[in-house]
Amino acid sequence: MPAEPTAHGAHAAVPDETPAAAPTRESAAGRVPQRLAQAALKDLPWEVGVSKPDPAIVVDKVTRSFGGLTAVSVDHLEVQRGGITGLIGPNGAGKTTLFNLLTGFDQPNTGTWSFDGRDLGKLSPHQVARLGVVRTFQLTKALSRLTVLQNMLLGAQDQKGESFLRALLPGAWRRQEKENTEKAMDLLRRFKLDAKKDDFAGILSGGQRKLLEMARALMSDPKVVMLDEPMAGVNPALTQSLLGHVKDLREEGMTVIFVEHDMDVVRDISDWVVVMAAGRIIAEGPPESISQNKAVVDAYLGAHHDAPLTVEEEDRVLAEADAALGREDGLPPGRPGTDEISSDGSTR
Amino acid sequence: MSDLIDAFQVAGKAFFGFQAIFFALLAIGINVHFGYTGLLNFGQIAFAMLGGFGIAISVSQWGLPFWVGVLIAIGSAIVLALLLGLPTLRLRADYLAIVTIAVAEGLRLLFRSVSATPVTGGTRGLSAFNGSFIALAPWDTQKRYNILGTSWSGGELWVALIGWLIVTLFTLLVWQLMRSPWGRVVKAIREDEDAVRALGKNVYNYKMQALVLGGLIGAFGGMVYAVGTGSAIPDQYQNANTFLAYGALILGGAARVLGPVIGSMILLFILQFADTGLRALISNGAIPDTLFSSTDVAQIRFVLVGIGLMLLLVFRPQGIFGDRREVMLDAR
Repeated sequence: MPAEPTAHGAHAAVPDETPAAAPTRESAAGRVPQRLAQAALKDLPWEVGVSKPDPAIVVDKVTRSFGGLTAVSVDHLEVQRGGITGLIGPNGAGKTTLFNLLTGFDQPNTGTWSFDGRDLGKLSPHQVARLGVVRTFQLTKALSRLTVLQNMLLGAQDQKGESFLRALLPGAWRRQEKENTEKAMDLLRRFKLDAKKDDFAGILSGGQRKLLEMARALMSDPKVVMLDEPMAGVNPALTQSLLGHVKDLREEGMTVIFVEHDMDVVRDISDWVVVMAAGRIIAEGPPESISQNKAVVDAYLGAHHDAPLTVEEEDRVLAEADAALGREDGLPPGRPGTDEISSDGSTR
Repeated sequence: MSDLIDAFQVAGKAFFGFQAIFFALLAIGINVHFGYTGLLNFGQIAFAMLGGFGIAISVSQWGLPFWVGVLIAIGSAIVLALLLGLPTLRLRADYLAIVTIAVAEGLRLLFRSVSATPVTGGTRGLSAFNGSFIALAPWDTQKRYNILGTSWSGGELWVALIGWLIVTLFTLLVWQLMRSPWGRVVKAIREDEDAVRALGKNVYNYKMQALVLGGLIGAFGGMVYAVGTGSAIPDQYQNANTFLAYGALILGGAARVLGPVIGSMILLFILQFADTGLRALISNGAIPDTLFSSTDVAQIRFVLVGIGLMLLLVFRPQGIFGDRREVMLDAR
């Protein structure tokens, strides 16, 4: 983590940032954001499986099926180091399953993938995390009956006091614990959770839990951060601050992969966007390329959404719509949020 | 009135007796499993039985010295924890619960079976294995001593003293562990395993360590019980004891260092007080024979404890030492 100390230093220089004055830290520190990855990816062709100048993660022929359903079938994917890669796709496209595979939480039927040239295929989740690939979860996993500070301390790696025998000798881990606490408090201040350090994580709001989960992941000095829907269920004001934090990660040299449904967010922060549908990657490219891509439009809206209807089809569609209206009786049509839970439950 | 004082004194002895130590040790072990790590061990009594029989078989059947028996008891409890944990700790919590409850009952039936009689003594069990331990007492173990109006034999006193020493040691051990980073990891595992895995901790190892530690403490409970009664009989180790220990733990407050200890003392006190008190009330006619007779007392006292636990869960769900805010987080 060569970029880490400077980032902390920049932060330490402005210990009491007010919410209005510092939307992102690079502006507070007077630094110009360097979107190195964006520049590096500028001239790449917009095609699926294109090779990147400096890939951190390489995925090859990974498939995962649940019974007859192929949840993920990715031929080749490279993720640029130091960039923010957005992973989008309709519900059930296999985004979370791909996340689970990459982080060892699920095992694929076939395929290999590597991080920094190291094969991750047979590793369990904690081994992947120790290599510097940490993730957050779609349904936030704040550890409710631990305090916010304890949640943070848990993220620190190589703790001496976490071995059973050394835990019995406080002298062996007290100093390290103090250093970790200082680091945790720095991060909590940055995420504006320092006032809540002694509260149980279970009483935090949904948005604060997202912040805590991200801050906790950063305690391990990760090289790759994988965020599964970091903005889901977060109010717009907090979304802005979360976005700022995600951009900060890139400035510190981390590689970020995130799943998101909000296209404005994806356009705002991604250097590169990967689109999945039905388990396959159907498009890759910089954010501005995606909305023009026919495969993407088809995946989201259906392949024949703009084809003219025949008279019979039109009659049938109208009759179905009438029947649906009759059934609804005030029930709202299925919102994306509710769909999500069911689709995720089935793909896990 | 004198009857009540009498009942109070008899119950006071139960408060400090080896049965309270037995339940306290079972409950400290369950606290490590269930209270801190979130492991559902419904067969804690199996560890206690291996503890008791570890000494009994080594000394009376194999003629080994008492302390070798203690080592064998410790070793067999560790082996049992590993055997229970290896197949189940990678799975969801329910599987450990199923396996432990089955093993606890299965081991008891095995120990009392006819084919095991040459080793375990079958339904009659084993005895005469605690002599060399009782002989270590620095006072005369044949005499009876009067303490605060209750009568103790020298042997009972010795077992209680060493027993409470063991309880204190394990309480300190748990206290030290749970304020260390190790304790933070196991508490986090109780909250959400996957989150802990994603932070680079080997969850399986931690769960196994906690299972072994809690089982070991339970085995010490069994040793104290066997030495205290002077005999090891398979049917003493009914699995109902596991659930009484759970009751004691919840009464005292789960995931609290002193919860299982104080909970067990109070549970034993209430059981003994209800028993003696009810018998006194029946014999002096305060409770008419038509309502219930002294033969029903043994059952009625458990009804009273049950009602008490229900009231506790309604009005003080966190137990005596628990933190209400912490318990209420689950209700959300």
